[in-house]
Amino acid sequence: MMARIASTVYAAAIYGFIFLPVAVLVLFSFQGTLFPIPPFNGPSLRWYHAVLGDARLTAGLTNSLVVAIVTSAIATILGFLAAWGFARFHLPASALLRGLITLPLTVSYLIIGMGLLIFFNWIGLPKSLMAAGIGHVVINLPLCFAIIYSQMGDHQANIERAARDLGAQEWQVLALVTAPILWPALFASFFLSMTFSWDEFVIAFLLTRFDTTLPVEIWNLLRAGLNPKTNAVGSLVFGISIVLAIVFELVAFRKRPQ
Amino acid sequence: MTALVTIEGLSHSFGPVQVLDAVSLAIQPGSYTVLLGPSGSGKTTLLSILGGFLRPTAGRVLIKGKDCTLMAPAKRPTATVFQDYALFPHMSVGSNVAFGLRMKGVAKAERLAKARDMLRIVGLDHAFDQRPHQLSGGQRQRVALARALVVEPAVLLLDEPLGALDLQLRRQMQDELKAIQKRVGTAFVHVTHDQEEAMALADHVVVMNRGRIEDQGPAERVYGRPATRFAATFMGESTIIPGQVDAEGRIATALGVFQAPGLTPGSAACIAIRPEHVHIGPAIPAIVTDVVYQGSFKRVTATPTGAPDIRLLARLPAGAPVRDGAEVSLRFDPAEIIILKD
Amino acid sequence: MSAAAQTRIGWASVTPALLWTLVFFVVPFAAMGVASLFPEGASGLSLANYTQFFANPSYWLALVNSLEVTTLVTIISILLAYPFAWILAFVVPERWQRLALMLAVLPFWTSYVVRSYSWLLVLAEKGAFNSALLQSGLLSDPVQLANTRAATIIGFVHFFVMLLTLTIYANLKQLSPNYRKAAADLGASPVQAFIHVILPLTLPGIMVGAFLTFVLAIGDYITPQILGGNNELLLPQLIMMQIGRRGDFASASALSIILMLVVSIAYLACARWLKIERA
Repeated sequence: MMARIASTVYAAAIYGFIFLPVAVLVLFSFQGTLFPIPPFNGPSLRWYHAVLGDARLTAGLTNSLVVAIVTSAIATILGFLAAWGFARFHLPASALLRGLITLPLTVSYLIIGMGLLIFFNWIGLPKSLMAAGIGHVVINLPLCFAIIYSQMGDHQANIERAARDLGAQEWQVLALVTAPILWPALFASFFLSMTFSWDEFVIAFLLTRFDTTLPVEIWNLLRAGLNPKTNAVGSLVFGISIVLAIVFELVAFRKRPQ
Repeated sequence: MTALVTIEGLSHSFGPVQVLDAVSLAIQPGSYTVLLGPSGSGKTTLLSILGGFLRPTAGRVLIKGKDCTLMAPAKRPTATVFQDYALFPHMSVGSNVAFGLRMKGVAKAERLAKARDMLRIVGLDHAFDQRPHQLSGGQRQRVALARALVVEPAVLLLDEPLGALDLQLRRQMQDELKAIQKRVGTAFVHVTHDQEEAMALADHVVVMNRGRIEDQGPAERVYGRPATRFAATFMGESTIIPGQVDAEGRIATALGVFQAPGLTPGSAACIAIRPEHVHIGPAIPAIVTDVVYQGSFKRVTATPTGAPDIRLLARLPAGAPVRDGAEVSLRFDPAEIIILKD
Repeated sequence: MSAAAQTRIGWASVTPALLWTLVFFVVPFAAMGVASLFPEGASGLSLANYTQFFANPSYWLALVNSLEVTTLVTIISILLAYPFAWILAFVVPERWQRLALMLAVLPFWTSYVVRSYSWLLVLAEKGAFNSALLQSGLLSDPVQLANTRAATIIGFVHFFVMLLTLTIYANLKQLSPNYRKAAADLGASPVQAFIHVILPLTLPGIMVGAFLTFVLAIGDYITPQILGGNNELLLPQLIMMQIGRRGDFASASALSIILMLVVSIAYLACARWLKIERA
């Protein structure tokens, strides 16, 4: 009995701690006056209007989405092909090469960004969304590879053999048999990559100049000081993320792949 | 002698589902008791309550005369061998076996020595320093046994311990379990759904179904003279033949009239006959509907021409001239019939 | 199909990913290494950037600060996360567990930058935390929390408690319930069962979480910059300063390499718990 009460109190405290900053964020996004600090005067939608009217922010939002979708797609496809190659074929130095592909997971984004900054500087590639996108694929490829590789078990190999037996070409086996079976892993990889890319700051900060992603635009806003506009943008991002999470939940856990 | 474990009127429900219905049972010291039944019969629930992992909704459990119904597993003089063995993967075999003694506060040298002795009894002292994952299924089972026995429980509880083993290994382990039980002298309570296992191991078989005890006693008696229809068909196969009891205490059935002492005149009742007691002979003409070759015998199903509702099961010699759809003539000795009360 | 043709297909499949990693990860890394050896203002190859690191106390201090903060964050997060993970795994009824987990993860669907900013709102002098304490009479003067090491730690712990809860929860759920039963059956009290059986068996979950915490925290720029301010510099802040203010890529590269070394040491220490294996 005591344990029950203690557990409830502790869990409530942790949940409170976890939700505190977000609660404050969302509350003061509806602030009526100029500063996102107590006392609360509102609710008011003036800051949401300000955000939607801010061309830089909306551009940043679109850029973030585009970069996230494109880089996640690339990372998932490359990761899938690599996972399939290593899982199905005996390649020399397989363990070493697999380790190489997963290596970026342990390197700080700051360092990856820095390396790319120096490299691009050296070969003359200007700062741009594409440069940042390349960096995002670097950070997400190991993740996609690891997730998909861990799901390539032997029973799928047998189904692939059956398909080849029935006359399918390699690319057909890949596209029509392997990919659909691994659908959950592919989806999880894509979705996680989207999450990391969408929210990523350091690499985007280092590698973009004029057209940039939303986190960098928010950062620029921050330099101007505490501002409920930032609250509004943050709450909007939060809202979009929740919608995406619900979509993921419904798609990944309700539909069972055939 | 006074019973080691007395179970009185034990009932248990999971929500609206009643799993045990007023079960009473006595377990004698030094005995090998087998709880036998299909899934859902309540046998595992009964074992969990005995072990202290469940609190029954009604009834009492007395161990060595003391009421242990609400006692925690740690304090109870029982030890359990789990179905998945639950050997601690991060400890060596020796440390696993010594664990219970360590919890009792036994000094290191002494408890490791006792662990080694117990492992010797189960034939695994060479594995003392190995890890559980390095052992085979049968070996892990023996380590689990050693770990439970070393704390000298009053009664050892085994939850389908041989379920994960293949047939050959299972037979071997059955022999070993019986031998170890005799050697150590602890009362064993063993849960299984395998009736051959029950007959091989038990001094006392308890047949359970739907939360109740259908029949209990020495294996030979329960097999030879099962008390209920369920026991007759769960412990080995039987052909059930319905009939009517007449005024002189005989039962009239489609296959003949037989002496039926103990049945109420005028009531409807059943008799059962085991397949191994049905032979080829001039009494009952029948048509064969199924023949399954089993190596040392043939399992034959036949429909008597005089009683087309009955499917007569017979165990005939491997060389018997029977074919699907052919005629055959069968007989059985009236002395071998089993009278069922329900 | 011949074995040679098979292998060719295999290579064709893995080459794109390998190339990408090579060109956009390994080469830039090497470029960084090379750049670090050609210090700004010096005439060619030299280890000046590295020696400067050991010679200049404020550089060295940045690393020390980073290590201290990261270690504290890791320990605090483990201590807070373990009971929480336990409650989620064993106290919360089964059918509510996924929801409880999603709820715990939900606040982290905000942008990282925004989340750190939100903590600033809470911890600032006129922010929610101080206002609440002043209003309730528990404080007479506001507490300086923002722009301190405490704020950085709070910001980090906020995220890593969630991460560690996930890794420890996964580990706890994967344990057979019979372990605890067997320990109890053999006479262990709940505390003994925890210390001798459960805790050792959850060590992998703790170590994976701790490793991720260490690596992610020590390389993080945003949280210390927003919450810790410039009073005390952590290593990532120092690195960014070299790029931003001074345009000194060479120095920044050297510092990055040093950061990498620290992370590699951490990886070697935890290597036995970190393996990616096939199903």
